[in-house]
Amino acid sequence: MGVTTEVKRKRPGLIPWGGDLSRLPWWVLVVLLVFTAGVYAILTNRHWEAAFEFALTGVQLTLILSLSSFGIALVVGLLAGLGQLSRNIVFRNLSMLYVQVIRGIPIIVQLYFVAFVIMPVVVDAINNFGGTLQAIEPLTNFGISLANLELRDIKMMYRAIGGLAVAYGAFEAEVFRAGIESIERGQMEAARSLGMNYVQAMRHIILPQAIRVVLPPLGNDFISMLKDSSLAMVLAVRELTQVSQLHRARTFRSWESMGTAALLYLMLTLSLSFLVKSMERRMAVEK
Amino acid sequence: MKNNASPSGSNDDIIIIENVHKKFGRVIALTDVSLTVKRGEVCLIFGPSGGGKSTLLRCINHLETVDSGRIIVDGIPLTEAKENIDQVRAEVGIVFQLFHLFPHLTSLENVTLAQKVVRKRNPEEAEEIARALLERVHIPEKADAYPGQLSGGQKQRVAIARSLAMNPKIMLFDEPTSALDPEMIKEVLDVMLDLCEEGMTMVVVSHEMGFAKAAADKMVFLSDGRIVEEGSVQEIFENPKTPRTRAFLDQILS
Ligand SMILES: Nc1ncnc2c1ncn2[C@@H]1O[C@H](COP(=O)(O)OP(=O)(O)OP(=O)(O)O)[C@@H](O)[C@H]1O
Ligand SMILES: [Mg+2]
Repeated sequence: MGVTTEVKRKRPGLIPWGGDLSRLPWWVLVVLLVFTAGVYAILTNRHWEAAFEFALTGVQLTLILSLSSFGIALVVGLLAGLGQLSRNIVFRNLSMLYVQVIRGIPIIVQLYFVAFVIMPVVVDAINNFGGTLQAIEPLTNFGISLANLELRDIKMMYRAIGGLAVAYGAFEAEVFRAGIESIERGQMEAARSLGMNYVQAMRHIILPQAIRVVLPPLGNDFISMLKDSSLAMVLAVRELTQVSQLHRARTFRSWESMGTAALLYLMLTLSLSFLVKSMERRMAVEK
Repeated sequence: MKNNASPSGSNDDIIIIENVHKKFGRVIALTDVSLTVKRGEVCLIFGPSGGGKSTLLRCINHLETVDSGRIIVDGIPLTEAKENIDQVRAEVGIVFQLFHLFPHLTSLENVTLAQKVVRKRNPEEAEEIARALLERVHIPEKADAYPGQLSGGQKQRVAIARSLAMNPKIMLFDEPTSALDPEMIKEVLDVMLDLCEEGMTMVVVSHEMGFAKAAADKMVFLSDGRIVEEGSVQEIFENPKTPRTRAFLDQILS
């Protein structure tokens, strides 16, 4: 009682953290140190160097895998997201079914499922379709090539892309749905009352505004996709995790091979999440 | 012609509302509302909050569907002509209390977009029309500003220009000035008075009684989903038929 504590407000000084050491992002320093140590090891130690060179061969596939799966997932997600909001019962329920079912199954199970259950069925269907085409004069050759398509012609890489895209399409559907729902109803009404139909209003009014809202969550999901692309190793796709694991099995250098893999993933994900953060900050300022 | 579709009312009746009922779940928004508005008329709707004013206005351009009864706009029965709805909407402009400008587009783009998308005008033509309209609502200098950079009164005037760009035959206004600071109300009302002088058919929900006296041909008192009273400005102000109308007027005029 009676004790008055004077709280002095710190003025923002030249140093962004107001000179308060406890507010410095120490973790960034730790990360930078670890990176430096990693680079030093790769440059000076032949075991690390070997692990790094081997891992690099997987980085490219990891990037292709993530980018193409995510690209397809965006298209699927937009359709399913719009579907969930649609008044059409069939479209709406199909979208709901897709989103709810897919989100409830581990991605790894989906990968096996797409690769070894769905793909054979699809190839069968293509074979039958080719068989039908064969009978039609100008398309005979095309028909024959479709009829002769074999399951093993579909590379595991493509099956992995299919599996990841199906899985992430469901996540992105939710992102798009939430983004569209965040645009106030008056926008749609204003557009419709100017005579625009539903599609025109979506395209010119709702989606351009929703895109800004969904960009940060989409960025975060892409980061998750980068990490989850490692699941493709169960299909023997030679992406980063798979090649690191191969290297480990070959050389018994677990520390070096897994350390390099972790470093490379971190480099990608941390720089991307930095991008997403600055995007979020810019949008917060605009509002 | 399309006027064959309306057996009742003369060619002069541009809006015909017949025995309209509307419920939201259990809430009754409109009961047995009938009203006609003639070409070139300014009809002012007033009444207590929750009385159904917005709902009635929104039914006229089919933002809400009616439960029963019919609405015929410029000879087109709304209830039957689902495929004509977009066409009707383009003929009927609506201005909202909260503007609903498109925040990702500049004032100019707000006014040109529907012209290009719905009316299929080419960009140059649309821009020319838009600039002329911004001039008409007295803010040509704000053409390149985004809605976030405009005051409330300026936003509402852009919204009016946006509607006018579609060459509507009817303009609906839902409390266009009630979200505005007092000093901005006049600039919006002036634009509306100009419109009225040019002979635009207008249905206005408003409690701006100065505007009513200056412009309205007809006043409608709507309360609890019913039209309690309907009459000329003089009748309503000087000789209201029901005590409720008088009480409400006393309340808002005091
Ligand atoms: N979309 C809706 N869902 C449910 N109820 C609604 C909806 N729109 C309106 N209502 C109800 O219908 C009734 C009439 O509402 P309306 O908005 O037409 O009144 P109003 O006269 O415009 O009121 P205000 O002066 O407050 O704008 C109210 O009881 C309102 O709660
Ligand atoms: Mg209202």
